[in-house]
Amino acid sequence: MIDAVDRKIIAATQGGLPLVGEPYRAVAERIGIDEATVIARLKQLLSEGAIRRIGAIPNHYALGFTANGMSVWDVADDAIAEIGEKVGALEFVTHCYERPRHIPLWPYNLFAMVHGRSRDEVRAKVEQIGQKIGPAARAHEVLFSTRILKKTGLRIAA
Amino acid sequence: MRHIDSAEQAIINGLQGGFPLTQRPFHDAGVELGLSESELLDGVRHLVADGRLSRFGPLWDAEGLGGDVCLAAMAVPRERFEAVAEQVNAHPEVAHNYERTNALNMWFVVSAEKAGRIAEVIDEIELETGLKVYAMPKTREFFIGFRLEV
Repeated sequence: MIDAVDRKIIAATQGGLPLVGEPYRAVAERIGIDEATVIARLKQLLSEGAIRRIGAIPNHYALGFTANGMSVWDVADDAIAEIGEKVGALEFVTHCYERPRHIPLWPYNLFAMVHGRSRDEVRAKVEQIGQKIGPAARAHEVLFSTRILKKTGLRIAA
Repeated sequence: MRHIDSAEQAIINGLQGGFPLTQRPFHDAGVELGLSESELLDGVRHLVADGRLSRFGPLWDAEGLGGDVCLAAMAVPRERFEAVAEQVNAHPEVAHNYERTNALNMWFVVSAEKAGRIAEVIDEIELETGLKVYAMPKTREFFIGFRLEV
């Protein structure tokens, strides 16, 4: 579990690191602890998975990747572990999850998010996923997002 | 789309993770990328300022922090779509909400720090809207080797 010091570090860095030569010292000075503690805590949070990674967080849209398609697949339950690994390994898949079906409305149990410069590029990539999955994919669809209705980042209070 | 210069390309393709936890991390990362500390800092500042990077720093994982996250979907009648979007978005636990091309046309993410809160929010939305909310919690996450290439 995270403690009060972790929460302060999260609150101070969730909008990004200070873009200065010694960013961890700058964070430390802002929250009144020492630099070594900031670095040690971040190492710990990274190893525990509370931080996925540290670095450049691209804005797909601003970089020209304006189409995003959620491809959804009905994959046999006994094959999904192996297939999910293969699909997740494709370089253009940004998220890959198993989720529950809601029969009859929703038969799909594998979700793979694909970003591209156009819907056609996304569709071509989804076809590549289909080839990777092969006959184990009984049905699939691509859901394009047509509008962002709300988008707020993770909010952790100090 | 605007032109990307070689330093920017090196930053975007080479620094989506693994930023050093050292006293002068921009210097140390720059050595790997073939950029000086000031070139790297200037490049990152520029990419953040013009919005091509959302930010530069840690990518926090809500679940890794002890919270809960759940994807949910609804089939909203076209004539009620805007009103229902407002009802759903009014919940602070709803972080993202997208309109999508499907009979299930509204997809949102519910996140909460307290266990059990997600089920409550879903119940509240069903009561307020009279519509069924399909909860789609992830039951397994597959490893992603993804790095956006520009």
